[in-house]
Amino acid sequence: MKKIYYVIGGLLGATLLYMGCNQAAGPNTSGALASSAAEKVYVAPGEQDEFYAFLSGGYSGNLTVYGLPSGRMFKEIPVFSQFPTSGYGYSEETKPMLNTSFGFVPWDDLHHPDISQTNGELDGRWVFVNGNNTPRIARISLETFETEEIIEIPNSGGNHSSAFITENTEYVIAGTRFAVPVPQRDMPINEYKGNFKGALSFISVDPETGRLDLKFQVLMPGFNYDLSHPGRGKSHGWHFFSTYNTEEANTLMEVNSSQNDKDFIAAINWKKIEEYVNNGGGEKMATNYAHNIYSHETHTGTSTMKKEVVTVDPTKVPDAVFFLPTPKSPHGCDVDPSGEYIIGSGKLSADLTVHSFTKMLAAIEGKKFDGEAYGIPILSFDDVMAGIVKSGGLGPLHTEFDARGNAYTTFFISSEVVKWRLETWDVVDRKPTFYSVGHLMIPGGNSRKPFGKYVVAMNKITKDRYLPTGPEMEHSAQIYDISGEKMELIYDFPTHGEPHYAAGCPAELLASKSKKIYRLDENKHPYAVTNPSEARVERNGNEVHVYMSTIRSHFTPDNIEGIKVGDKVYFHITNHEQDFDVPHGFSIIGQNTSELLIMPGQTKTSVWEPKQVGVWPFYCTDFCSALHQEMQGYVRVSPANSNIDLSWSLGGE
Amino acid sequence: MKKASVLMMIGSALLLGLFVFPLWNIELGAPQYPEPLGLNIHIDGLQGQSEFDIQNIDGLNHYIGMKTLPKPEDMWEFTVFPIVIGGMAAIGILIGLLGFVDKLGPSWFFGWFVVMTILGILGMYDFNAWMVDYGTNLDPNAIMKLQNPDGTPMSYKPPLLGHKKMLNFDAYSYPRLGAYLMFIGMCLTLFAGYIGGKTSTKTTKSLTKKMATT
Ligand SMILES: [Cu+2]
Repeated sequence: MKKIYYVIGGLLGATLLYMGCNQAAGPNTSGALASSAAEKVYVAPGEQDEFYAFLSGGYSGNLTVYGLPSGRMFKEIPVFSQFPTSGYGYSEETKPMLNTSFGFVPWDDLHHPDISQTNGELDGRWVFVNGNNTPRIARISLETFETEEIIEIPNSGGNHSSAFITENTEYVIAGTRFAVPVPQRDMPINEYKGNFKGALSFISVDPETGRLDLKFQVLMPGFNYDLSHPGRGKSHGWHFFSTYNTEEANTLMEVNSSQNDKDFIAAINWKKIEEYVNNGGGEKMATNYAHNIYSHETHTGTSTMKKEVVTVDPTKVPDAVFFLPTPKSPHGCDVDPSGEYIIGSGKLSADLTVHSFTKMLAAIEGKKFDGEAYGIPILSFDDVMAGIVKSGGLGPLHTEFDARGNAYTTFFISSEVVKWRLETWDVVDRKPTFYSVGHLMIPGGNSRKPFGKYVVAMNKITKDRYLPTGPEMEHSAQIYDISGEKMELIYDFPTHGEPHYAAGCPAELLASKSKKIYRLDENKHPYAVTNPSEARVERNGNEVHVYMSTIRSHFTPDNIEGIKVGDKVYFHITNHEQDFDVPHGFSIIGQNTSELLIMPGQTKTSVWEPKQVGVWPFYCTDFCSALHQEMQGYVRVSPANSNIDLSWSLGGE
Repeated sequence: MKKASVLMMIGSALLLGLFVFPLWNIELGAPQYPEPLGLNIHIDGLQGQSEFDIQNIDGLNHYIGMKTLPKPEDMWEFTVFPIVIGGMAAIGILIGLLGFVDKLGPSWFFGWFVVMTILGILGMYDFNAWMVDYGTNLDPNAIMKLQNPDGTPMSYKPPLLGHKKMLNFDAYSYPRLGAYLMFIGMCLTLFAGYIGGKTSTKTTKSLTKKMATT
C-alpha cells in the first residue's frame, strides 16, 4: 500500500515540476495547449482576417490570396496561366495578355510576389510577380485583384532572381537564372564558359499608373543568378543578387556547379547605372519582346511587340558592380529592415553569412580587392563579412525579419525555422517544419517596416499530414505565431500549386480600396451594350457579332437565328448587374475555349465556330438567382449555303 | 414677442432642410446582404442609400411582381411636396417677420402650426397609401406568388414606421435628418406661439394696468 503512495507522490511531484517549468516559460512554449493555437487562428464567421497573404502558385502560373491567421483561401488570381474558371486567357480580351515573342504561351512558373512600396514601406497598390520559364513580369492591381500588365524579358532564361522591387517602387528587378547567349544564336553548348551572359533587367514603374518599361539590362558574367533583394535605407540604390555556378559549368550541374567553396553575391549600384544610362550610356540592342496591358475601362488587353533594349556592360560603369564572396551556392540574399545587413544563405552549408553594407562601402573605398571576375572586382570575404550565424541547421534558404531585431531563416535539409538575433548572431529558437521548407514570409518582412506577428513557412515538396489524396496532392504551408520570444506553430493549411514565396500586408491597407463591381457607365469596351435595347446581332462576311446583355435571370437576346456552319460567332456579353457578387456566366455547346465569367459592369467575348447544323443551347454558368436555371437561350445554325436571315429576339419580340 | 417671432422664423426655416436631407429611409437587410439595400425618400424623389440600391431593389422585386420604384416624373407628389414645403416655410417666415414688427399676433403662429400638422398627417397618409399600393398591387404574371398561411396573397408593404420581417428580409422604416429638422422646426413654432402668447398677455396686462392708473 505504501508503494502506491510513493508512486502517486512521485507523479504529483513530476506534474508540479512540469507545470512549474511551463509557467516559468510563459505561454509561448511548445507545451502550450492546442486549444490556444486554435484560438489564435480562429476567425469567427463574419469576422475578417488581419492580413492578406499572396502566395505564389509556382507551376500553376497563378497567385493565390489567403487570409492570416485563418489560412483561408480567398481567391486565385490568374496571371500567366489560362484559367477556365473566369475565361482568363480564353476570352478574346485576355488572350493578348499571354502573348510573347514565342507566340501565345498559356502557362508559366510563378515564383516571387512582391508588394509595391513607398519609402521602404508597403503601400498596397500593386503586387509584382515573375514568370520563370518564359521570362515575364506581371503587375497585379490590388484594387481589382486582377492582372493588369505583363512584360516579357528579352535576353533572359529562367527569370528567377525576380520580381523584387526597390524601396520606392522605382524598379522591378528581373535577373536571369540561366546564363544564355546574348543575343541568342546557334553555338556549341560546351562553349558556354566566357560566352554566355547573365542579364539583370531593371524595369521602371510609373509612379502614377504602374506602367512598366524595360529601362536597361546589365549584362553580367555567365553565372546563374538565383535570388535578389533591394537595398533599403542606407543601402537604397543598391541591389544584391545571389549567384551559383560561378564555375560556369554546362553539364551535370549538381556536381560541376558545386565545386567552388564560395560563390558570389553581386552588389549592383543601380543608381550609378541609371545615371550612366540617363546620360546616354549603354548600347541599344535589337530584340523582340511583348508588352501586354489590360485596361479596366475597355476590359481589354493589348499586346505590343518592343524591338529594342538598352544593355550595359558593367565594366564600363566605374564603381557600380562588385562581387561579395559567399559560401556555398547561396540561395537567399536578404537585406534586413535597416539596410545594413545582407544575409547570404549557402544552401549547401550549415551557416549563414552576413555581409555588412558599411564594411562593403569601406572596402570599395579602400580598393581592397581579392582579384576580379571578367573585370568585376571581388571584395575580400573578411573585409565585408559582419558575422556568421552558427545555426546548427542544414541548407539555409531564405531569411525574413520582424521589427524587433530578429531574423527567421528556413532550413530546407533540416526542415526547420530558426530564429536568431541580428548583431549578436545568436540562435534564440528553432522549430521544426513538418515538410521540406523553402521560403518563409512575414507580412512586410522584406521591407523597412515588418509586421512581425506571424511567419508563414512554405513547403517545397508535396508531402503533407492531411487525409491522403493519391500520389498527386497539394502543397502545404504552416503558420507560426512569432509575437513571443519562442515561435509557436499554430496552423497547417494546404496551398495551390507550389507556394514558392509569398508577400503579405495588413488587410486594412487594401480592404477599403478593393473594387466590388465595375461601373457600367464607365465601360468603354467597343462591343459593350449599356442598355438591353442596344442588344443586336450583326454579320460582317462570315463573322457574326452578337451584342448580348445579361441580367438576373435572362440573356438579351435569347433566340438567335440565321447563323451558318462556317461562321465565326463572337459573343460579346455585357453584365448589366451593378450589385456586388452577381457575375453571370456564358457557355455554349461546342465552344472550343472555356466558359466566361463576366463581372458586374464588365464585357467579355467568346468566339464560337459552329460546325454542325442544329439548334444549340447556351446558358449561364454562374448560379445567379432562383431562376438561374432558366437563364438560357438557343442559336439556330443552318447549312453554310442557307439564306435564312439573321434575326434575334427576347420574349418573342 | 420679438424673441417668439425670431423662433417662428427659425422654426419655419428649418423646413427648408427637406430640400437637402432625406425625409425618410427604408432599409432592407438580410444575412446575404451584409450591406443592406436602402432607399432614401426625399420630397422630390427617391435615392438609393448606396449608388446602385434602387436598381438592385428593382432587380429583386421583379421576381415577386412589384412595380419598379417611381421616378420623380411618375408621381405628382414629387412635384407638389417641394411646393408645399417651400410655400409653408415662406409663409412661416413671413408670419414671423410680421410678428417681429408687431403686425401679427401669436395666434398666427398657432394657426401656421395647425395647418402644417394637418398637411403632415395628409402627407403620411399619402405615403402609406403609396406603400400599400406598391406592396400589394403585384404583377399577375409574377414569377413567384407567395401566400400568407390563410391563403391571401402576401403583401410586401414596408412598415410605415419601425421594423417588419418580410420573408428573410428585415425591413426598417425610420425618419431621417430632413424629418427631424422639420419636427424640431414645428416644435419651435409651437413654442414661439406659446411664449409669444405669454409676452403679449403680459403687455396687455401692463397696458390695462397703465390705463387703469391714468
Ligand atoms: Cu446568370
